[in-house]
Amino acid sequence: MSLALSVPAPSRARGLPGWALALPIALLTLIPVAAVIGAALSPQPEVWDHLIRHVLPRVTANTALLMLLVGLGVLCVGVPLAWLTALCVFPGQRFFAWALMLPLAFPAYVLAFVQMGLFEFAGPVQSRLRDWFGSSAWFPEIRGSLWGTVLVLTMAFYPYVYLLTRNAFVTQGRRALEAARMLGESAPRAFWRVSVPMARPWIVGGLALAWMETLADFGAVAVFNYDTFTTALYKAWFDLHNLGAAAQLAALLVLLVLVMAAAEQRSQRGRSYQVASSHCQPIVLRGWHRWVAFGACALVFAASFAIPIVQLVLWSLSTWREELEPRYWDFARNTVLLAVGTAFIATTLSLVLAGVRRRHADRITAWVVRLAVIGYAVPGVVLAVGVFIPIAWLDNLLIAWLRPLGFEGFQILKGSVATMLLALSARFLAVAYHASDSAMQRITRSQEETARTLGLGSWGLLRRLYLPLLRGGLLTAFLMVMVDVMKEMPITLMTRSFGWDTLAVRVFQLTTESMWENAAVPALAIVAVGLLPVVLIFQRAERIQGA
Amino acid sequence: MFLAVEQLKVSYRGQAVPAVDDVSLGLNAGEIGVLVGPSGCGKTTLLRTVAGLEEASAGRIALQGETISSRQKHKPVAQRRIGMVFQDYALFPHLDVSGNVAFGIHDMPVAERNARVAEVLARVGLDGLQARYPHELSGGQQQRVALARALAPRPRLLLLDEPFSNLDAELRERLAHEMRTIFKAAGVTVLFVTHDQMEAFAIGDVVGVMNRGRLHQWADVHTVYHRPATRFVARFIGDGVFIPARFEPRDEGAAMRTPLGLLRAASGSPLAEFQGAGQCQVLLRAHDIVYDETSPVRARLVRKSFQGAWFLCTLQLSSGDLVLAYLPSYLEHAVGDWVGIRPQVRHLAAFAQES
Repeated sequence: MSLALSVPAPSRARGLPGWALALPIALLTLIPVAAVIGAALSPQPEVWDHLIRHVLPRVTANTALLMLLVGLGVLCVGVPLAWLTALCVFPGQRFFAWALMLPLAFPAYVLAFVQMGLFEFAGPVQSRLRDWFGSSAWFPEIRGSLWGTVLVLTMAFYPYVYLLTRNAFVTQGRRALEAARMLGESAPRAFWRVSVPMARPWIVGGLALAWMETLADFGAVAVFNYDTFTTALYKAWFDLHNLGAAAQLAALLVLLVLVMAAAEQRSQRGRSYQVASSHCQPIVLRGWHRWVAFGACALVFAASFAIPIVQLVLWSLSTWREELEPRYWDFARNTVLLAVGTAFIATTLSLVLAGVRRRHADRITAWVVRLAVIGYAVPGVVLAVGVFIPIAWLDNLLIAWLRPLGFEGFQILKGSVATMLLALSARFLAVAYHASDSAMQRITRSQEETARTLGLGSWGLLRRLYLPLLRGGLLTAFLMVMVDVMKEMPITLMTRSFGWDTLAVRVFQLTTESMWENAAVPALAIVAVGLLPVVLIFQRAERIQGA
Repeated sequence: MFLAVEQLKVSYRGQAVPAVDDVSLGLNAGEIGVLVGPSGCGKTTLLRTVAGLEEASAGRIALQGETISSRQKHKPVAQRRIGMVFQDYALFPHLDVSGNVAFGIHDMPVAERNARVAEVLARVGLDGLQARYPHELSGGQQQRVALARALAPRPRLLLLDEPFSNLDAELRERLAHEMRTIFKAAGVTVLFVTHDQMEAFAIGDVVGVMNRGRLHQWADVHTVYHRPATRFVARFIGDGVFIPARFEPRDEGAAMRTPLGLLRAASGSPLAEFQGAGQCQVLLRAHDIVYDETSPVRARLVRKSFQGAWFLCTLQLSSGDLVLAYLPSYLEHAVGDWVGIRPQVRHLAAFAQES
């Protein structure tokens, strides 16, 4: 019933044009990005000089190397596992199909510090090795190591590739695969010659997402002391108090990220869904093949989820008595305040955006809406700097006005919860928008028009048609944003006022002091909440598969 | 007129040709009007403009004497009290059948509302299904729910946009007759859009034929079929062909000289305008030609398609012109045979030579 689409959009929409309605929301992201780029366009020579001489060469090489290796890593892990769990039958296949998505619940920084705690010199692995082989037992230095960082980020971000690619394998091309096998292709050859080429747009999309996350990652590289753009930016900001340098670095980072975002957008265009026919013969693995498949899945599952979660639980059990103190109520309260507040703002704005997009089908509106949700691509450290610049300017203005009235303070908006909410909403608006918009698209134009002919005005439409039908989608949006905010580290870290801590900030503080066991307590709380949207995502994927 | 559409024009932004161009039509209270035409002819746009979902660029629409659409005025959809049934039914998936039907009578007191819901559901033959959800209903049942929902608030006018197009052919015909009965029982005035002429004939009191934004004819079923106003109507409605003809004045009235012989209009067909026009064309429908082995006019069988009791045959006259005819299916003529035919034209429709 695609008939609603054949009806042309309203000829003359009344009131403001669509882009004018979406623009204020887009400004939430555009102003910080513009502020960063503006700051970079007025470079101070001495800042540049310092950056080029001491920071950029190392940071650029580090970041590039990290991107390359993590990219390879997520492809090598994500694509084969997706293929195995989507199209093959082997022991544990049904379990791994969803279990391999669980690492999404882990923020990368949690995986990082768990690995750090396990493998560092004083950690259990090296201690055991020394017990067995004597104190001369060699072990690679993990702190500052590229390989450790690559391994952790691969484990943290392969689910993006896995999820999208699996979706591709499930929704399209099963028939083509069957045809290829009937023409005599063996299963491995069919994988290379049919499945992978057909799934390429999804694979590229997953890779782009993983790369954006790698570029944006702050917490994990900070744990490993591996310097990238984000950590250099943070140091320029906190240690050197050099806003200029931070803004320069942020602008460079934005450029890189925009390239990624464009690649991701392009890859979406190549995706065409075919309705999967449910009775396609899966590939039944036999003999040692099945155990290789099982082993690969089990290994990745253990490294990315099972071992870290067990370790977190063990550490928490040993330290919760000393770690849990009254201050934790404040951490939890602050976390929930930020998460719920941002979720509320982002969900509301996403509903407005989705509504505007629906009523105004013109291209300018589409573009403004696309710009409004670009925040998902902008790394948190960049947004933090970008929000700080205009807020500080506004603060100075306000203080200059209020000083004659007897105001004695140095900041009004800086470090306020309101500013944090703004920055976090800009970052996570896209998450809410995708959920709201896909729910909105399920309401057909004719349903809306029927309601109007039955006497409903705008308010009635919202109350009696939109809200009831969007309820599920909005709830998903709310939940996803909430969890993302709880896991978020750099924005919270950089925009909070001193002493206003959340669970993620607490993890950061404890890990900078190498107190892994203690950090397990707040980390476990974050991971527990983070499991919620993973379950949601999986249910939706199954629904697509079932439909 | 209960519903009056006057010189209505509707243009979409960015499209040079108006979707509805200079259309006028009227409906009396309780009448059923049907618009037919090929897809893209503007019939749905016309319907949506009457509903208030599109705005008029020129002309006016009046309901019970009140202007509801014009260039200056646009009465909001919600206030028009015009019901509409969409092609895809557009049922609300979060409400059960009675919730859907009660959607437009939300403000009524509960007891009254329940009574009304029960009443319209009974009228469309759906009693007992109140608690079902849309996905638990068949296509035909969903369609009735959509109809009941539109009828529940007692609309002044009911609009239906190709409501049968998603149903199979067999169900479609039965529903068309049933719907006419329902409309007449409810005494509601109806404007109905379809691309299927059989549906139009089964349901409509008045039929309009549209093409490229223009209304070619707005008349009762009989007139549209037998006295098509334009060549397009003649071609679109029924099976028929045009053959060359020349006007010949006669003492007892006008007649047309054709390759089939002299065709006389049985009752005052307006042929006088073709006097002195030279060559023109007349419409010959399949049933205007009858099989007659004794006839001096012979035609060669070119194609035949079996339709049960008869064959629909394409025949070529010795002049080279093609005509259509129904031949009884017990005749076992093969393609290439010459058969005798005789014109038996009751309503003669003539058109100027196509330029």
